[in-house]
Amino acid sequence: MTNWMDIVALALYLVSFAFYVVNLYHGRLWSGRVATILLILGILAHYYALLERSRAIHAIPYDDLYGSMSLFAWLLAVTYLGLETYHRKRAVGSLVVPFVIFWLIVAVAVAPSTVHHEPAANGALFALHITIGVLAYAAFAISFLLSVIYLIQNRVLRGAHPGLAFWKFPALEVLERMSRSSVWVGLVALVVSTSLGFVWEHQLTGRFAIADPKVMVTLLVLAVYAIYLAIVHAPAWRGARAALFCAWSFVIVLFSYTIVNLYFTRFHRFF
Amino acid sequence: MATDSIGDSLEKRSEGSLRRRSEIALIGCNHVSAPVELRERVAFTPEQALQAASELCRLGIIEEAVVVSTCNRSELYGVAGESGEAVPEALVSYFGEFHKISLTELHGRVYQHVGPPAVRHLYRVVCGLDSMLLGEAEILVQVRDAYNRALGNGSTGPVLNRLFQGALEVGKRVRSETEIGARPMSVAIAGVRLAERIFGNLKDRRALIVGAGAVAEQVVEHLRLRGIGELRVVNRSFSRAQELALRIGGEAVEWSALENALSQPDIVVTSVSGTEPVLTRSMLERAMPVRGGRAICVIDLGVPRNVEPEVEGIYNAYLFDIDHLGEIVEQNKKAREAEIPRADAIVDEHVNKFIAWQASLEGAGLVDALRLRLNAEREALLAAHFNGAKDAQSAQAERQHVEKLTQELIERIVQLPAARLREQRKLRKPVDGLAALRELFGLDSPGDEEKS
Repeated sequence: MTNWMDIVALALYLVSFAFYVVNLYHGRLWSGRVATILLILGILAHYYALLERSRAIHAIPYDDLYGSMSLFAWLLAVTYLGLETYHRKRAVGSLVVPFVIFWLIVAVAVAPSTVHHEPAANGALFALHITIGVLAYAAFAISFLLSVIYLIQNRVLRGAHPGLAFWKFPALEVLERMSRSSVWVGLVALVVSTSLGFVWEHQLTGRFAIADPKVMVTLLVLAVYAIYLAIVHAPAWRGARAALFCAWSFVIVLFSYTIVNLYFTRFHRFF
Repeated sequence: MATDSIGDSLEKRSEGSLRRRSEIALIGCNHVSAPVELRERVAFTPEQALQAASELCRLGIIEEAVVVSTCNRSELYGVAGESGEAVPEALVSYFGEFHKISLTELHGRVYQHVGPPAVRHLYRVVCGLDSMLLGEAEILVQVRDAYNRALGNGSTGPVLNRLFQGALEVGKRVRSETEIGARPMSVAIAGVRLAERIFGNLKDRRALIVGAGAVAEQVVEHLRLRGIGELRVVNRSFSRAQELALRIGGEAVEWSALENALSQPDIVVTSVSGTEPVLTRSMLERAMPVRGGRAICVIDLGVPRNVEPEVEGIYNAYLFDIDHLGEIVEQNKKAREAEIPRADAIVDEHVNKFIAWQASLEGAGLVDALRLRLNAEREALLAAHFNGAKDAQSAQAERQHVEKLTQELIERIVQLPAARLREQRKLRKPVDGLAALRELFGLDSPGDEEKS
């Protein structure tokens, strides 16, 4: 069942994307501001859609593909907005917002006709665990995008065949800083989410399921991104190599979010 | 001295000779017509440019001369005088002899224009429409400097003065009325902007300038405009490095300390003369660990190149040489090409203005010649009629009366063409058929008329 607010959010994201593109190519300040305002409005509409969904199922929307993807898209938009505000760079918006749109379109396309009223798990702690966990994935996704842009920019710069967009995207070091910020957000969020997950599980079962594949892969993700933050200033790694490392790290995140969730884990299989 | 003789000859040049046909002649080669290897060989130093201009005038190849030589072009501008169409060939021969290059080597590499195309070429050059970096502002300064040096040397005259002053005017106008110069892009700025693509804001960055010449100073200016945090200057001549450092508020470094100095800067700009690279791969490889692997942007503006191309292979070292910047030029061109028609329209307007000025001079010369011719005839007639008159006193009175009447008649005859030529000048139209009129009235050789 498609929430009409999803459609409103989608429309706002689309128009926001158009203004981000205008801002990228023409550098007009007003177009950038309009893009950001539309993105904020899109996030609000999207939040309202998620809220409606939560009210319907009496829990956060995680237990089906629609809810999970929609939540991911929303947190992707929120994380990007945070980065844009913090770094005062709008150029990346034209590349991040399409991903938000893509995930929301997929979510709307796979939206179930009926809603389940009995979610697999419940409680505020669990809700936080899931939401913050998805936030971590969204942050890692943005760091992946930024690293890919970095690598492309770096290649273009070395090849000395810059296109028009080359002059519009942020500088390499700005991209690296943004990617680092994003990884920090993801890492902290994942630590908090994992901790909350352990606490919630302990409250529920009185034990810690360390051996669960999802937990092990999550710990691997934490380790890999911690290594990234360690090497990003190392003489032999700083720059393109660190960006490449960051981009490849996201493969483990994808693996954790898709393959592990669907086939390996015992109690993280929600859809 | 040769220079003095040229100056004297130009001062002595009569208004009459100026008013005859005085076409602009131009030969040269640029980044489009010739490869960098040839451009390097035909480049003029400021001293050589003055020497060449002086010689061209002294040898009588052209009447006035200005030599414009930048990293991407070497051009000789002159006033062809009566020699006309043969002048470009003579200029090409001189060009080859001066640089000791055979005509075979120059064949197909040198362009030549006479008359309005030459004027248009110069105007497009100063507007940056003929530059590697379309719309660059640097060329206006370079042409202005070349002209000022020639003016000081005395190798210019009324025609080239008018031409170059008009060129500077059109250059400024195009930049103010079109977007072609709104974001000026010279080689120096392109390099600085590439550095910004790596580091973003340059406010906390450090730059090392290798070379204290004019190009280096331009880069410094752009870096300062972007608020560069620290500037250091290293030059073979330490006194020149100190001089530049003092002017820009930077620090001078001894040439021998160049390698040690590489451990600090984020940006290195090289622009020194010499055939051997001053920055080698091994120097930078040794510097990188000391720098903690921080990225370094090396902008090599030297021709021949100052930095070993292998530097590009070092991790986190970004090297941009003059050819890299040339590639970027192509991108800029696309973004700015939309402004070319508007800029060309302004150029054409000024070319027509110059041609009308030339034509008005020729027209005025024709009226003068006609008046001279009629006066000569009048004098001859009066002499034939009154010389040897018996009653000298009455003849004198009558002669004065006739003289007055014929003088008035002549003025009335030339009044109409003079007025029409003035009108043409106001309309800034070229005047057609002046040569035919000269021929018709037997005014082809004003020099002869003056003698008679």
